[in-house]
Amino acid sequence: MANVISDETMEYVGILAKLELTGEEKENARKDLEKMLDYVDKLNELDVSGVEPMSHIFPVNNVFREDEVTNGDGSKDTMANAPAQKDNQFIVPKTIG
Amino acid sequence: MAKEYETVIGLEVHVELATKTKIFCGCSTAFGGAPNTHTCPVCTGMPGSLPVLNKKVLEYAVAVGLATNCDITRYSKFDRKNYFYPDNPQNYQISQLYLPICRNGHVDIDTAGGKKQIRIHEIHMEEDAGKLIHDEWNDTSLVDYNRSGVPLIEIVSEPDMRSADEVIAYLEKLRMTIQYLGASDCKLNEGSMRADVNLSVREVGSQKLGTRTEMKNINSFKAIQHAIEGERQRQIEELEEGREVIQETRRWDDNKESSRPMRSKEDAQDYRYFPDPDLTPIVISDEFLAKIKSQEPEMQDAKIARYQKEFDLPEYDAQIITSVKKMADFFEDTVALGANPKKVSNWLMGETMRLQKEKGMDQDQIPFSPENLASLIALTEDGSINSSVAKEVFEQVFADDVDPKQYVEEHGLKSMNDEGALRGIVEEKIAANPKAVEDYRGGKKKAIGAIVGQVMKETKGKADPGTVNKLIKEILG
Amino acid sequence: MDILNLTAVSLGEKIKAKEVSVKEATKACLGQIEKQDKTLNSFITVEPEKALEQAEKVQQKIDAGELTGPLAGVPVAVKDNMLVKGGLTTCASHILDHFHPAFSSTAVEKLQAAGAVILGKTNMDEFAMGSTTETSYFGPTRNPWNTEHVPGGSSGGSCAAVASGEAIYALGSDTGGSIRQPSSFCGVTGIKPTYGTVSRYGLVAYGSSLDQIGPIAKDVRDCATVLETIAGYDPKDSTSVKRDDYGFTKALTGSAKGLRIGIPEEYFGEGLDPEVKKSILDAAEALKAQGAEVSYFHLPLVEYAIPAYYIIACAEASSNLERFDGVKYGYRTKEYEGLHNMYKKTRSEGFGAEVKRRIILGSFVLSSGYYDAYYLKALRVKALIKKAFDEAFEKYDVILAPASPTTAPKLGESLSDPIQMYLGDIYTISVNLCGLPGITVPCGMDSKGLPIGVQFIGNVFREDHILQAGYAYEQTRTMEICPLCR
Repeated sequence: MANVISDETMEYVGILAKLELTGEEKENARKDLEKMLDYVDKLNELDVSGVEPMSHIFPVNNVFREDEVTNGDGSKDTMANAPAQKDNQFIVPKTIG
Repeated sequence: MAKEYETVIGLEVHVELATKTKIFCGCSTAFGGAPNTHTCPVCTGMPGSLPVLNKKVLEYAVAVGLATNCDITRYSKFDRKNYFYPDNPQNYQISQLYLPICRNGHVDIDTAGGKKQIRIHEIHMEEDAGKLIHDEWNDTSLVDYNRSGVPLIEIVSEPDMRSADEVIAYLEKLRMTIQYLGASDCKLNEGSMRADVNLSVREVGSQKLGTRTEMKNINSFKAIQHAIEGERQRQIEELEEGREVIQETRRWDDNKESSRPMRSKEDAQDYRYFPDPDLTPIVISDEFLAKIKSQEPEMQDAKIARYQKEFDLPEYDAQIITSVKKMADFFEDTVALGANPKKVSNWLMGETMRLQKEKGMDQDQIPFSPENLASLIALTEDGSINSSVAKEVFEQVFADDVDPKQYVEEHGLKSMNDEGALRGIVEEKIAANPKAVEDYRGGKKKAIGAIVGQVMKETKGKADPGTVNKLIKEILG
Repeated sequence: MDILNLTAVSLGEKIKAKEVSVKEATKACLGQIEKQDKTLNSFITVEPEKALEQAEKVQQKIDAGELTGPLAGVPVAVKDNMLVKGGLTTCASHILDHFHPAFSSTAVEKLQAAGAVILGKTNMDEFAMGSTTETSYFGPTRNPWNTEHVPGGSSGGSCAAVASGEAIYALGSDTGGSIRQPSSFCGVTGIKPTYGTVSRYGLVAYGSSLDQIGPIAKDVRDCATVLETIAGYDPKDSTSVKRDDYGFTKALTGSAKGLRIGIPEEYFGEGLDPEVKKSILDAAEALKAQGAEVSYFHLPLVEYAIPAYYIIACAEASSNLERFDGVKYGYRTKEYEGLHNMYKKTRSEGFGAEVKRRIILGSFVLSSGYYDAYYLKALRVKALIKKAFDEAFEKYDVILAPASPTTAPKLGESLSDPIQMYLGDIYTISVNLCGLPGITVPCGMDSKGLPIGVQFIGNVFREDHILQAGYAYEQTRTMEICPLCR
């Protein structure tokens, strides 16, 4: 049972993952994805009906913090690695046309 | 014959919770800081940072759930909602999809059309996004993460509303309830309460739901009304012209009074939700629920009943006074100072709300102290000032929270109820109005009103009308 | 006396006894780095001046009696996915190649409080995605035993540094075997603790539900000592666990008597190199001779661990790596048209092929219509695998296993076939899925002169069992010394 990934699907995953693959890279990514999916399809051999999905291994619950202000002015650290900034804000391409 | 359409509306209401700190870090939620001053590695999505849940967020969410008759989910989790946008620093928002904290609730609303129940599908906790400012000069946007990570609850209704009136009644009910709990100040204009409107139309009598659109960016009751009217018309036109309504998210522009689609193909709206592995599940115990229940303040219905019983207030008064928590608190504070409850209620429902409306203020903005209202009422009750002077003084109390006693003295507004001082003026006015005297003696008892009026005018309103009446009758025999 | 051949604990003792100064120890490692790292490329960043400055401060504190712990003054290397304030943290990625974190990871802070001298940041597979340290943006690390071969990965830089004496010990991280497999390839000892034992705060996440920080050192005592220092409940990490006892060195009794050791038959079948197999089974025999009860058993579902693991790890990774977008930090592409084009170009240029491969798979398995079939299914399989291990640990204290089917492959042999590379994780991956502790201890050499390691797997919170087994086994043999250290 081989998985076939269409151009549209590759395009779509590119939108989700914000990756732009071109030419050979895209073809390789498609083949890799198909192979990986073929491989992980092995899980279909198992009957897992009635098994609860396990997202957390330990029954550690209710980890909270108290509602107390512990942080001061963090702007210097926040902006320290900014690729582009103005007036202590990050510059990004215009978001609304 | 033209078809008749019914509007079907469901609401997604975001409410900013009144916590001191953000949902997953110890940064302040205070408004108005310089850009990015209320930030840390957690709320700016720095690599290596991890979230830890603010307990107060859970307590508020559960309190709102209980007050809106929800089932509280005993085993709840946070999920990641993945989408790229610069105001979303991790490019995923921590929210709840699979196991939201509250489900299956309802609130009762009351409109001109009658009483109705609006069902609540779920309430979930999530983090707010940062703020984007558009720099028109440079064709760029600027990102400030001060609001990033501010706790929100999202209250999702069932599509149970049929008109803008019902939507507004529902929102008012939610706002009132949440304000009573102290969980949020719920200000639409400041964004601490925001409503996304899901709307579809269908032919009257049809059981099938039409295709809905979601409208965002609506930030006043007036805008909600306009947006609902506008979108209803737009959808009906589409259908009448044989087109289909497209399921999409639209952005309401209050200035243009119209909406337009707000997503591009780069927004796939495929959020790839999965349980956040950085946060542990939330297990709600009986003890926790009991504690939240026991902390619930007296809510509106209980207050209405108590005001009628304890203060002998008419139901109508009790309802209006309690419709805003701050006004109810103010009422109780003023009464506690010894003021007559009905008189307090009259001042609040009458002059206070008139002036609030005139000045475009919200009902919870009461710009004066209970002490000064109580003192004003005391001055009217002991006859120190008459009612027209009292209204004049109240305007000053409302404007500058002045001490009424001091103000009355400084401006010489005290009532003239000294018979000796008034008698001369009364005799003078009787002499000047023979016609009125004749009419009065002829049986038209109301004729003396003219004389009273002239006395009041002469005394600049300070004369006590009761005393003046008494004197006139005495002199005329 | 050669400082480079000392264990962390024995160097610590000599520093305390004033036989060696902190500066001497630091200089010895820096000298070895200077000498070897042009070839090995174990480090992405080395800051000799900062290290020597630190050394001086630590020495003062030792002299003043303020630092008395076993690791005071001992030089350490830190994998470059753990934040250390004041320098670069790159995750071996172009997208973070100029990133200066504003805070240090909890594990690093604990080491610093114990008087560690940080030499630098070690090379790794980009964002810890890989098994060879070849996916690093800064070029591959080479195996100190034979530089034609890889050191394993993803903590290949840390393991190569410890094996070659460039560092006395190191921190690594383990998401699917990334401490245990390269430890085996480099002939060093590495432990992945029970999930939640060491805080993940400040560890740049790959698969959040699988990631754990752990020590890499010359022997079991060093590992236990370092683990004792870095473990602990951290209120900043919600998944960190409050344990009753962090006294890991107590388990080093020197005896294996009464330890119930199980060998899963499924781990010794097809695909396992015969030399590796023999070496591992010899280790089992040695422990038996020490009084352990050793027997074979059936561990079901082994072949399903890798597909379940890759779905879960890639799904989490696709989300964890969304934050690298060119907005707040890191690389931003030079030319772009509009927001989404900036995102796409930044990420496509900033990430390497293996990272992109895993992000694509992760995004796909979480996308609309596939979530149940892939992600939820993997979580259900994980539950079944956990159950299988729970049952095994009813009968055994320790599961004995290889760390890898082969010894270290040559450079360039692995990346061409990703699935083949993923299959190499078969013995290590279940440990991460189930949150178990696992330790790799050197157990021999193959005919090519490359090290082999044996893995001991314990039940959750039972590091004591695997440390006891590892330490007892270690006492039965003499440690091989890497040619570069001779």
